[in-house]
Amino acid sequence: MGITVRNISKTYKNVKALQDISFAVKPAEIFGLIGPDGAGKTTLFRILTTLLFADEGKATVAGYDVVTAYKDIRKSVGYMPGKFSLYHDLTVEENLNFFATIFGTTIEENYELIEDIYVQIAPFKNRRAGKLSGGMKQKLALCCALIHKPKVLFLDEPTTGVDPVSRKEFWEMLKRLQEKEITILVSTPYMDEAALCDRIALIQAGKILQIDTPEAIVRHYPKQIYNVGASNMYALINSLKAYEHKHSVYPFGEFVHYTDRRSNFNPEDLRRYLESQDLRQLAIEATAATIEDTFMELAK
Amino acid sequence: MLPIIFVLPLLQLVILSNAATFEVQHIKFGFIDNDHSVSSRALIEKFQASTYFDVFTNFPSNSQASKAMLKGEIDVVLDIPQFFERDLQKEKQNHVGVTINAIDGAAAGVENVYITQIIQNYNQHLKVDLQQISDQKTQAIRIETIPLFWYNETLNYKTFMVPGILVLLVSMITLFLSGMNIVREKEIGTLEQINVTPIKKSQFIIGKLFPFWVIGMGLLTVGLLLAKVIFDVPMLGSLVLMYAYTSIYILVILGIGLFISNFTDTQQQAMFIAWFFVVIFILMSGLFTPIESMPPWAQLVTEFNPIKYYVEVMRMVMLKGSGFLDILPLLIKTLLYAIVMNGLAVWSYKKTT
Repeated sequence: MGITVRNISKTYKNVKALQDISFAVKPAEIFGLIGPDGAGKTTLFRILTTLLFADEGKATVAGYDVVTAYKDIRKSVGYMPGKFSLYHDLTVEENLNFFATIFGTTIEENYELIEDIYVQIAPFKNRRAGKLSGGMKQKLALCCALIHKPKVLFLDEPTTGVDPVSRKEFWEMLKRLQEKEITILVSTPYMDEAALCDRIALIQAGKILQIDTPEAIVRHYPKQIYNVGASNMYALINSLKAYEHKHSVYPFGEFVHYTDRRSNFNPEDLRRYLESQDLRQLAIEATAATIEDTFMELAK
Repeated sequence: MLPIIFVLPLLQLVILSNAATFEVQHIKFGFIDNDHSVSSRALIEKFQASTYFDVFTNFPSNSQASKAMLKGEIDVVLDIPQFFERDLQKEKQNHVGVTINAIDGAAAGVENVYITQIIQNYNQHLKVDLQQISDQKTQAIRIETIPLFWYNETLNYKTFMVPGILVLLVSMITLFLSGMNIVREKEIGTLEQINVTPIKKSQFIIGKLFPFWVIGMGLLTVGLLLAKVIFDVPMLGSLVLMYAYTSIYILVILGIGLFISNFTDTQQQAMFIAWFFVVIFILMSGLFTPIESMPPWAQLVTEFNPIKYYVEVMRMVMLKGSGFLDILPLLIKTLLYAIVMNGLAVWSYKKTT
């Protein structure tokens, strides 16, 4: 009753937006689509929400086929597009009422589902939606997507452009919704949010690179990563990239994530090399791989 | 938004109805009197007595009159030749020169008619005078034409412009609003959210267009009130008939608006296309230029112009008091148009892309 996607392909003119995508989302699972802008996440969402036809392949949502049973899907899914798309000139309450009405329900009927979220925006219920802050808009959009008690929730980059505190709250809300047996497919370009999903699919240029739990994806990372720091970041990156044994070099926060090609790598060799390049305040230490590292490695 | 929708068009109605006149007034008149006789002065006095001519300048020579016309100081020059009176009495006929600035062809035509009328009038009185002086034997037979203008006896241009301008306002506002409305939803992104809901195509479209239908009827009501109160336009026919026709007519316009919005992605594009149609519809509606004087192909094109029908019906019902049977052919055409346009619009509107 979750989502199944089998061999879906979609081409826009000359751009292959999706190429042979297959995956399955179990009921009441939070499944993350992680990938950069233009990876094909929104196209996939539009196919699954019956707004777009795939060129090839089949997909079902909540047990309904996206092509033949689109009417049933529209009744049983909630969709929150990446762009805020509620009526700016209606108030918070009017928007919610409007969407409840088109789904043939009322706010009261499913109030328990949205209560946690709605209480946070209730003080502004007479404010126009266009005048809300970014985080408030997201909460309202989520309320509107949930008002008809959907079985499956599609969230297309729900936290893009939202402050860190609201983002954290938003994910806590998703966890609570999961407890209410709602399947959630969420896309995000933020790797740190990926760790909060049950399972994730790394997607790039229309292809799925890997599907697994966040922990497993990190565990599969083949190499030991070293945090390398120095007083001059720019010179450090250039020196590392010029190093003959380097495997990958990515800036990561205040450090550079470095992996070596050799299996018997000794950090002291690297230190000596970097010192010879006139770099000061050197720090080299082993660190655990993150999803971002995995993504960069797979996307190579 | 609502005050804008209502106040601006009604201002337009008041301004345009007063301004869009075919009467030419304040014609700047110049003359060259080479004769300086009683007859020549009598002719000039005839012009002075007319309310249409202003600013009487006496030019000593033809070249100075030409210069003044070049500068735009005068519109019409009357050139009375030397020995005007003498030749008139001797030969019973004479010529005067009339020069008209025809940069605005329509105005020049009207001015020509005014001048001809005045000179004819002068002629007739002159004949009587001359005949009385010379011989009483041959009494001239005077045939006078007395024109009778039906349905608008005083040829008051406001009487036929007000219904036409009212038609334009109702059409323009409803077309622009409906054309841009669904495109706006596309632009903001709300359409995508709506499309994922179980709402039916027909429900959505009716929901979107019905408010504009109401606004169109509201505009008609306020416009008719203004026409009566400010311009005192006669309303001979039945109001019910006007409303009944308008209610169908607005459906045509809304269908066109929806059709436009289905094929555009931004409000700018929709606005551009709506303007394109509105300008063609207005200029070919018979409001400003009679359709009968258009070339045959253009007359054929006007058959597809809904504004033409509306202008015709409003003038017929308001000024002539036409009944249901008189406008029935127009009503049927409009109804067909409405069905075809809305059918096309609904067919081309897709919830999935």
